[in-house]
Amino acid sequence: MGYASKSPWVIHYDASSCNGCDIEVLAALCPGYDVERFGIINTGNPKHADIFLVTGSVNERNISVVKQIYDQMVEPKVVVACGICACTGGIFHDCYNVIGGVDKAIPVDVYAPGCAVRPEAIIDAVVQALGILEEKSKALAEKKKGA
Amino acid sequence: MSFITTLIGTVAFAVLAPIVGCLLAGLDRIISARMQGRVGPPLLQPYYDVRKLIAKDDVTVSGVDGVYMTAALVFTAFAGGIFFSGGNLLMSAFVITMAALFFIMAAYSSRSPYSELGAGRETLQVMSYEPMVLLMAVCFYMAAGSFNVRDVFGLPAPVIFATLPAFIGFLFILTIKLRKSPFDLSTSHHAHQELVRGTTTEMSGKTLAKVEVMHWCENVLFLGWTALFFLWGGPASLVLGVVVALAAWFFEILIDNNFARVKWQFMLRSAWVMALVCGGINIVVLMVA
Repeated sequence: MGYASKSPWVIHYDASSCNGCDIEVLAALCPGYDVERFGIINTGNPKHADIFLVTGSVNERNISVVKQIYDQMVEPKVVVACGICACTGGIFHDCYNVIGGVDKAIPVDVYAPGCAVRPEAIIDAVVQALGILEEKSKALAEKKKGA
Repeated sequence: MSFITTLIGTVAFAVLAPIVGCLLAGLDRIISARMQGRVGPPLLQPYYDVRKLIAKDDVTVSGVDGVYMTAALVFTAFAGGIFFSGGNLLMSAFVITMAALFFIMAAYSSRSPYSELGAGRETLQVMSYEPMVLLMAVCFYMAAGSFNVRDVFGLPAPVIFATLPAFIGFLFILTIKLRKSPFDLSTSHHAHQELVRGTTTEMSGKTLAKVEVMHWCENVLFLGWTALFFLWGGPASLVLGVVVALAAWFFEILIDNNFARVKWQFMLRSAWVMALVCGGINIVVLMVA
């Protein structure tokens, strides 16, 4: 296992979530689940983060914000859509202002459905994301060697 | 002779301090987690973090922040080398300030508002702790009769008996120097939302890794300064020095976990009051006695 998956730093963005999923994301950091056991830290800074956790659907107002956070993150990076709204738009899918899931704005690597998404589901999704992060990290190392 | 000793000390510090500092940082995170009722990360987590940061893609806003951070690292190693090879305490304090200045320059170079705010606050932190550091060194000189660290082993008793007020003042500003809450204004290790990360906002990858390694080295050096007050007679007193340094480290973690961040006005005022009261009284007593 490489170092990329041993120290996954997370940035969390609330797109247009009802806050249900956000509470669960933060609950995963609390003593009950304590994801810092796996080196996971909530950074609040895209330049330091490896994993982008998005909650809520993408709409006309926040699509540029989601894109900008993604662009500011340094490779290798992965995106996890947390909750059904982030996956597909959920119960808000036919709202006049809702574009849809996060994958309408940026490439999503792992989908974690649920309303609200359970902390266990978030941890599962992040663990799956670590595998993808590891692959991307190896690909980047190869590219660096080649260059 | 002295130059070669310093050079050997610098190389030894550059190799050993990151190892010790990394373990201390890992211990800090485990102890902090236990204080919050959590299990916490593995002991080597800070090492994993830095290895990951080195492997990240190279992205920089200004192109020079990495150079500034390298300079900061070199000066930190030099300050540690001067101190741990038994050199001049005052020189060590000046050289580590150079490292702090390069860190501030690195933050300013990105021109990002968050980063500039962090750099401004880091400057205020330097302003806050520097008077006490100088008075601490002066008190050490008056008690030990020399600025040279190696001379403490020739003393009949540790300098702490003559410099207790200065030591208390130094412990106060140690929290600022270690960037621990309530004085982690410029960049916080627990920044989740507010003001993002101050000085390190625009740093990523290798540059951020350099910041982490610099923090490790700084921590080792400052704990060395703490231990200095308790050394005398022969090298056997080093055991007491290490115990005191670790106790001070635990004390800092306890403070870090129990206090909310203060405003810079309070930090500046309280640090200068501590410097004038603790350092001033100590100097007067030493002059009279």
